[in-house]
Amino acid sequence: MATQTDSRVPQIGQRNKKGQLITDPQELFLKSTRTPSFLTGSEVIREAVRRSSVDFSVAYPITPQSEASSLVGELYAEGYVADYMRGESEFAVMGQCAGAAFGGARVFTTTAGPGTLRAFENFPMWAGSRLPIQVVFTVRGINSPLTIQPDTLEIAFMLETGMLLWHAESAQDLFDFMIKGYYVAEQPEVHLPIGVICDGFFVTHTKDMVMMTPEDQTLPHYDPYRSPVVCMDMEVPPVRMMRDPFVMKSNYISYMTHASWQLEIRAAIERSRKHTIPLLDGLIEVENGDAEIMFVASGTAVSQAREAIRLFRDKGERVGLVKIKTLRPFPTEEIRRATEHAKHIFVPEFNVAGWLAREIKSTIDRNHRVVAGPHVAGGMTMPPEIIVEEIEKHMAHRRNKELVHG
Amino acid sequence: MANRIQINKEFVDIMPQDYLDLVDNGTYETPNRGWKDFGTATELIAEHSLCAGCPESIAFRHIMASIPNPEDTVMVGSTGCTSLVFPMIAVHNIHSLFGNQNAIATGLKRALALRFPDRVKDVIVLAGDGATVDIGLDMTLQSWFRKERFTTICFDNELYANTGGQESGLMQKGFLAKMAPLGKRFEKVRLPEIARESGCDYVAIMTASKPSLVEKVIKQAVLIAREVGPTYIQIYTPCILEIGKQSMEGLQEMRTSEAPGERFKFREFISPEAQSFLDGLAEKKKAEKIATTT
Repeated sequence: MATQTDSRVPQIGQRNKKGQLITDPQELFLKSTRTPSFLTGSEVIREAVRRSSVDFSVAYPITPQSEASSLVGELYAEGYVADYMRGESEFAVMGQCAGAAFGGARVFTTTAGPGTLRAFENFPMWAGSRLPIQVVFTVRGINSPLTIQPDTLEIAFMLETGMLLWHAESAQDLFDFMIKGYYVAEQPEVHLPIGVICDGFFVTHTKDMVMMTPEDQTLPHYDPYRSPVVCMDMEVPPVRMMRDPFVMKSNYISYMTHASWQLEIRAAIERSRKHTIPLLDGLIEVENGDAEIMFVASGTAVSQAREAIRLFRDKGERVGLVKIKTLRPFPTEEIRRATEHAKHIFVPEFNVAGWLAREIKSTIDRNHRVVAGPHVAGGMTMPPEIIVEEIEKHMAHRRNKELVHG
Repeated sequence: MANRIQINKEFVDIMPQDYLDLVDNGTYETPNRGWKDFGTATELIAEHSLCAGCPESIAFRHIMASIPNPEDTVMVGSTGCTSLVFPMIAVHNIHSLFGNQNAIATGLKRALALRFPDRVKDVIVLAGDGATVDIGLDMTLQSWFRKERFTTICFDNELYANTGGQESGLMQKGFLAKMAPLGKRFEKVRLPEIARESGCDYVAIMTASKPSLVEKVIKQAVLIAREVGPTYIQIYTPCILEIGKQSMEGLQEMRTSEAPGERFKFREFISPEAQSFLDGLAEKKKAEKIATTT
């Protein structure tokens, strides 16, 4: 039986057929010697997959993830990924990923924008079936009109799928979130799909210095029997077992089983916190936490906010920042505490809807403090100067209002 | 008796009797299993929630009695009437979405091949005609183009039965149905021919009226999928409810529809590679027989 205890599957301390040392995850994440590499985000995806003992990956072309998924193909050709194929559409790709995960494989795929929506029906099914698949969303605009440019709107659609969702600010985050993501997603008490999100082009197509773990160290293999549900391989009784059984068993109890199982999925997302917090050094990062004006952001909007903070500092104004690393679980309490003293909370976003501002407004008190913006969409850039200008405009408007009504 | 299919001793006292029967009297690991086991062994399908007399239940019984390797077979279903039966099937099976069954089977078969390189793990898809031909057609065909190594079985009842009798691609032209208020305007999709052209090494179209024939076809299809390439079986399982028949009339409906010249007259296609594989099997069997009689 091919499991972690199978003699054919290399264990911690042994080497795989590529000569990589199977390394204890905590040691790999926190203690291994890191060396700087100057890579594009797409290359970072390849390097994280190389270090993750991935069994199966399915690829399909869509900008801006095509390069990354092709590079995973090169890993397959080199022997780092055991099996790899091109699917026929994102809907099929996510089904192929699900099938392999049902069969006990560690699975990786990538998609973006229209591909995410084409695949959409699969994501709640993955979560409901407790398949710890990793998908990297290199987010981009959604039609129509057509844009292939960076835009984070698709994340709004993903929020209630039951998946873990981590949003990388940089190539470094992307690398760390990918290798750590498998570890957290595969914990038996979590065992959920994970979407590692990076902003298309801004992260995938730019080069950045990334501190990498050694190329010759890799994660232990996935053990499909450390799971809250039965692996579909006829190795583990009971044999009269289907995945998605309850609704099919009887319509009379399906509402109850559906409701309780969905609550369990959401509880599993929350249970991921205790594994995630030590690995990511918290679900949020705070800078200038005592400032009256705070940014709260995720993804590359965080980087733009950091630059805006610098511009404000040059003007002698102190502005703070809350960087959100995980959107699911959503760091509600952490954000509440971090923004407790703020008088004005700005949420810069790369999408037309302002979904992150809505999330924050719905979870903190005195939510009149939250300003949904500035935000841009469809691939527009958000230079820090514009952020500063918009905030100053808004603050002047607020002061005028206070003068009129005060 | 089965060795691999066992109950942990600690659990014997809490397992239901029908499950104990399955383990004690099931036909796992019995190489010559088949429809002749009916009545003497516990079947791998228990009860079902289909309509009384539904030919799908007959087809299901014949198939479950015939699969050559149930102890190492995983089935993939789809949404529809068939999905009401799968919880009663005594092999691991997956329901996920409507129409993605051949995509699921693709990943599943590849994962099992990776994880069990020295053992046979069969994957069998069983879905209705809506799932196979309409909503899931691209994934059905693409799995054949790629020569994925599993068997696809389509229960063809020529309409959407579970949602109440709507037009499907495998419905006959002219049939009056929901969503075809003036009668269906185009011909029944010729999936068996399409399957042959798409890379299937074995294709059969039939009804479920003859258990011996179902057994032969299922065994061939699974063994060919294991060793040669994808296989496709289309079985007429009429929806007696929607064609205005009584519970006891399903078998006759199947017999009528498989008469010479009728649309479900038994036909099969065997690729040259599959034929030489079958010939090899037959020779091997013959040699074994001679060896045991001499």
